[in-house]
Amino acid sequence: MKPKKSILDENLSRSDPRVKQIIAKMKKENYRPDALIEILHTAQNSFGFLPMSVLAFVTKELKVPPSRVYSTVTFYHFFSLKSKGEHTCLVCTGTACYVKGAEHILSEIEKDFSLKPGQVSPDNKLGVSTARCIGACGLAPAIVIDEEVHAKVKPEEVKNMILSKIGAQV
Amino acid sequence: MNRQDLITTAQQARVKQEQYKRRVCVCCGAGCISSGSEAVLKKLQEEVKSRGLEGEIEVVPSGCMGPCNQGPLVKVMPEYTMYQKVTCANIAAVVQSQLIEKKPIEDLLLFSDSRPKAFVNALEDPFFKKQHKIVLEDCGDINPEVIEDYIVRDGYKALDKALFQMSREDVIGEIKNSRLRGRGGAGFPTGIKWETVFKYVADQKYVICNGDEGDPGAFMDRSVLEGNPHRVLEGMAIAGYAVGASKGFAYIRGEYPLAIKRFEAAIKAAKKQGLLGPNILGSNFSFEVEIRIGAGAFVCGEETALIASIEGKRGMPRPRPPFPAEVGLWGKPTLINNVETLASIAPIINRGGQWYGAIGTPKSAGTKVFALAGKINYSGLIEVPMGMTLREIVFDIGGGVPGGREFKSAQTGGPSGGCIPKEHLDTKVDYESLVSLGSIMGSGGLIIMDDTSDMVDVARFFMEFCMDESCGKCVPCRVGTKMMYDLLSKVCAGHGTLRDIERLEELAVYVKESSLCGLGMSAPNPLLSTLRYYKNEYLAHIDRNKELEGVSHA
Repeated sequence: MKPKKSILDENLSRSDPRVKQIIAKMKKENYRPDALIEILHTAQNSFGFLPMSVLAFVTKELKVPPSRVYSTVTFYHFFSLKSKGEHTCLVCTGTACYVKGAEHILSEIEKDFSLKPGQVSPDNKLGVSTARCIGACGLAPAIVIDEEVHAKVKPEEVKNMILSKIGAQV
Repeated sequence: MNRQDLITTAQQARVKQEQYKRRVCVCCGAGCISSGSEAVLKKLQEEVKSRGLEGEIEVVPSGCMGPCNQGPLVKVMPEYTMYQKVTCANIAAVVQSQLIEKKPIEDLLLFSDSRPKAFVNALEDPFFKKQHKIVLEDCGDINPEVIEDYIVRDGYKALDKALFQMSREDVIGEIKNSRLRGRGGAGFPTGIKWETVFKYVADQKYVICNGDEGDPGAFMDRSVLEGNPHRVLEGMAIAGYAVGASKGFAYIRGEYPLAIKRFEAAIKAAKKQGLLGPNILGSNFSFEVEIRIGAGAFVCGEETALIASIEGKRGMPRPRPPFPAEVGLWGKPTLINNVETLASIAPIINRGGQWYGAIGTPKSAGTKVFALAGKINYSGLIEVPMGMTLREIVFDIGGGVPGGREFKSAQTGGPSGGCIPKEHLDTKVDYESLVSLGSIMGSGGLIIMDDTSDMVDVARFFMEFCMDESCGKCVPCRVGTKMMYDLLSKVCAGHGTLRDIERLEELAVYVKESSLCGLGMSAPNPLLSTLRYYKNEYLAHIDRNKELEGVSHA
């Protein structure tokens, strides 16, 4: 019989600071299965998304069936099984933003970067997504670039807004 | 902290505040922050300090002041002079002119670019004059991260009163007396809900604050949580005392990081002061509050789905009864109230149910916070007495539709509500009259649309939302929303037929009547209300198809 492979893959160990954060959170929550969502929030914060190996790790530590973890992750919009990109551009498509033309912003982004919502550029530099409503309705249309909210966005400005973010840190 | 300490703290904080001649608030609600208010705050603090005025003038960050569209906002108290679109470049002038020479800067006054004459005292402006603030009364004046700022405004006084002067029955009686109804949308009488939970005997009960403000186009709860988190905490603690719960959960959307941060800070501060935790204010009542962060599922606003989510599961609703009041979180009796409902509790306890019940209309008492957005001049956060007409809200407070366009529709209740046409602008806004128009009060999102909006596309927009957000548990909602979305897309694309409209009407009734939870039951509302008031637009799309057919058959 082959020796049992570690649940974390080669690049990931318990001493990885990102894994340590998850372990700390699980300890804080007493490994209670009902804290699963809180733990997943922590995991996604430290990894940027939820790699399968991390899900497997959480599954084992909390002693819950993998189906439970996977079904929870895929139920909530917040959790992502793939990388969202180094930089993210989130376009709010709530009602106020819809009324004020969020679709023009999305089509501008598609034109400039060839990315649709949910897609990440091949070099993993930029990911584009949509949100149901970020609650900045008084300032519609709004987009969020790397957690910074931009209000009353004009479609023609989006390209430079994104480029200045990506460019600044290349 | 015991009872005497609470009074002492309030007195000390008052003395401290009175040392200053002026208090300058810089709006640091999420809206103004995205317009750059944090830099303005910093610059203002520096400027005041560099001129040696820090002993006279207090500069504080505050919660949402209301007119989000005009941000960043700066308010000078006690004059109540408000400045709009303030940038760091304006700061020196504001300090020199307003604070030293005591001359307001006309060009920078709130609404100075849109009104013939702006008011030096902003409260005289129709935007504020028509409002009646109860939930938001301290929001925009106090620093949400400083508990003393809240205590000075009679904060936690209601909790003290409830714990030491009232029995649990008294508290419930007062809430019943106020005729407060659930502000989450459905409008169930809050007092009766409390009484139901109170009556069940159990070793453990829970209070949940529903801050999963899922309706797109709504940001009331966000602003309350950001602008006055202690008010919500106090409401939760009073609710806990009344129903006999020792543990509370605040379920807040993951999309609201600032609200989560401020609420966390509020819990910490309240705990430190002994206003949460064991033996509050020296009584034998103990209450703990924990935050649960939502993970982006609209259906989690439904109470049984929310409970499942707090338990760490997929947020899927279950049939009721049993209601959460009997079988709730981990099977225990649970009280679930919306943020705004809980924020209304402290004033009711302080000033009496009768006082609150006298505001508004006979069936809908009190005030309601609305998030005004869309095609409207002054978008933002407002609080009005129930029974105000839509026309007053849209035109007097909101300043009407911009760009010389015409008002077409007011959308209330988000994806569960409907579109109200201009013929009904004089409707009084309360729970019943909105339902009779085919919409609902909802949580308070009020989106104004002008004549450029295609109402069929609006219906499609909301149906797409419901289709995506359907949890998939019951067939009518899972399949029905998809079928209706496909039909609406077909009509929007100009391929619809009259038969499609009939099908939509049939399906809407099936989905409404047979879905498991509120999401499915209300998903057809935007469709039905647009069909009711804007059927001509549906028919226009179909006529387009006929023309096309004519061409292809020729």
